Amino acid sequence: MSRILPHPLLSLGVVIMWLLLNRVSPGHLVLGAAVALVVGQAMAALEPSRPRIRRWDKVVVLCVRVVLDIIVSNVAVARIILGGGRAGRRAGFVEIDLDISDPTALAVLAVIVTATPGTAWIDYDAAHGRLLLHVFDLADPEEWRETVNQRYGRLLKEIFE
Amino acid sequence: MTHLDTLPLWAAIPAAAFLVLGSSLALIGSFGLLRLRTFYERIHAPTLGSSWGTAGIVLASIIVFSVTQSRPVLHELLIAGFVTVTTPVTLMLLGRAALYRDR
Amino acid sequence: MSATILSAAITFALGALALAMVFATIRILGGPRAQDRVLGLDSLYVNTMLLFLTLGIRNGTAFFFEAAIVISMLGFVATVALAKFLMRGEIIE
Repeated sequence: MSRILPHPLLSLGVVIMWLLLNRVSPGHLVLGAAVALVVGQAMAALEPSRPRIRRWDKVVVLCVRVVLDIIVSNVAVARIILGGGRAGRRAGFVEIDLDISDPTALAVLAVIVTATPGTAWIDYDAAHGRLLLHVFDLADPEEWRETVNQRYGRLLKEIFE
Repeated sequence: MTHLDTLPLWAAIPAAAFLVLGSSLALIGSFGLLRLRTFYERIHAPTLGSSWGTAGIVLASIIVFSVTQSRPVLHELLIAGFVTVTTPVTLMLLGRAALYRDR
Repeated sequence: MSATILSAAITFALGALALAMVFATIRILGGPRAQDRVLGLDSLYVNTMLLFLTLGIRNGTAFFFEAAIVISMLGFVATVALAKFLMRGEIIE
């Protein structure tokens, strides 16, 4: 299993992408599977750290939560840009001590934070586990520390660590 | 526009709504890029276009093509996935570059 | 009826995206600093990609989809390269 398919998730992703780009047919399934096997071997040659997803049920919870948050913050940021935002809004940096240290969990957190309008991941100091975040509407820095560590950090910890 | 005529009304209305929503968000995002005062504020503006701006237009495209060809056409999801994964990388690099230049 | 609704929405979307591209272009030309221009370029790429997707819906062909995917990939690579250049350019100075 691990010899032929060193990265099963990656290979599955390649097959799905192949079928989406072409047509769903047995021929393309075979061709896509062949490409996926080669890609898996090539990835193994690079020897990346292997992410391990422990809790698939929590992945669903995380996805739903992120999509809802993105909708909410889209509305909030659009409102501020169009001028109806709160008076006295100020943007600023927040330093957050992160609880998670797994590289994959950090990467997913970076994607979530940046894909959500209103927060941008600027810098991460791996030595101290400290994240520099820029927030568009910064009312209370403590609240953002809570949000990142509790709302996402705990779920990511359960999924990856 | 012959292929649009074959589209039933129940598909045309959500597709039109998603199109208007997506393009409006992209427009608001670019307007913010123009209007906001500092660079670090501006870095938030394009995420409107790359999150629900893209999602809206991708959903409209999926609806229109799936109904007119009467089979699920989902390849647009690849664009949505690609944009979701790449935008954080570019914004993060830009933010770090800006921070570096400011220090 | 459905064609009327949809073509009105498509026309609106094309107009909005074209205007968004104009805004991004103004940011590219106006600066004031290099990182603002790169951010404007990234935004221009995303808006162009969305415009192509909308054109694809209007014409009912999948060709625009392929162009859109190429544009988004080029945009990603270009922005990453430029951001990297911004960091390195300062080191050499």
